[in-house]
Amino acid sequence: MKTDELVKMLAAGVEPVDPRQIARRFRLALATGTLIAVAFTVGILRLNPALSRYLPEPMFWIRETYCLALSAIALLGVHRLARPGRRLGLVPAALALVVIAMWVLAMVALAPASPQTRTRLVFGATAAVCPFLIALIAAPLFIAHLWIMRALAPTRLRLAGAAAGFAAGSMAALAYSLHCPELAAPFIGIWYLCGMLIPTMLGAWLGPWLLRW
Amino acid sequence: MNEKRLRSLIAQGLAGDEQAYRQFLTELTALLRAFLRRRLARLPDQAEDLVQEILVAIHNQRHTYAPEQPLTPWVHAIARYKLIDLLRRRSRSDLLHDPIDDETELFATADAEAAEARFDVAKLLRALPDRQRLPIWYVKIEGATVADTALRTGMSVSAVKIGIHRGLKALAATIRSTA
Repeated sequence: MKTDELVKMLAAGVEPVDPRQIARRFRLALATGTLIAVAFTVGILRLNPALSRYLPEPMFWIRETYCLALSAIALLGVHRLARPGRRLGLVPAALALVVIAMWVLAMVALAPASPQTRTRLVFGATAAVCPFLIALIAAPLFIAHLWIMRALAPTRLRLAGAAAGFAAGSMAALAYSLHCPELAAPFIGIWYLCGMLIPTMLGAWLGPWLLRW
Repeated sequence: MNEKRLRSLIAQGLAGDEQAYRQFLTELTALLRAFLRRRLARLPDQAEDLVQEILVAIHNQRHTYAPEQPLTPWVHAIARYKLIDLLRRRSRSDLLHDPIDDETELFATADAEAAEARFDVAKLLRALPDRQRLPIWYVKIEGATVADTALRTGMSVSAVKIGIHRGLKALAATIRSTA
């Protein structure tokens, strides 16, 4: 077939594109993913019974802000990497900045502490399960982000997969924080991040297969 | 120059203006051809296949272009993705002698002299199921309206639209696996 015939065919009866269609898919995917993640956290892991006592604690709000900020920045990354020719811009730097801010807080908490207290600040009581629970909660969100990306056209597949994984991980960490009894900055700076990085690495690994078009 | 003109054409095309959209694809074809012929100088017959593959990809992914976004990087990213995909499939990246990362170059030169691609879309169409083949045939090749096609095929209007959409995606996948 000659190329001008193909062009004629592609253009024939072309339908207008609804620009709201992508936003609808974003909303549907994120709402479903978040609902399942929160339902799992509240229904199976249970809300932390001490949650109301945390409310006056600054570290509680710092933890929530940390997860929320990472989620928002990662979502922006997904939004950009899902479209051809969009640059990531300051997204990686912003992610790094948030993580480093938490590490600075961790140093501040660890510096004056005794060796015993340091161990408690780093490992808390739940370090062994925290990353895996976050990764587990991230599963429905990971699928949601991949489903969004499949409807769009990422061109850097490994990076796009990693972004989908990190966005899922950071949103899952936010959901998990409803259950999690830990408030120490070193704990959050290490184990929450590990939990987010599990789906990130999975996404980087699977991206080239799952996101091809 | 090309950027500004093509951007206004695709914006009209996305709003459903068939003539502007055809003009957009026609002008883009010449630019893509020049871009790829230089890069695939040792695979001349594949250049035209790839031009067509990229055109189908651009058509299928046109919803990912936001009119406030510059057009050149969008087209370049798709063309580059499809070119690398082709080279990877052939695992002969040594055939590439010009760097492909300079996106400004894409809209700089045009090549209007078409070669014939080696695959035949009409033949590929025959392999599609009726619910995709008939809508594409009537609307895209015979130029019938979606409503007429719905009447002629007994399908609903939305089924016709979905058939066209899915059929073109399937076509792109077939082109990819045979090219």
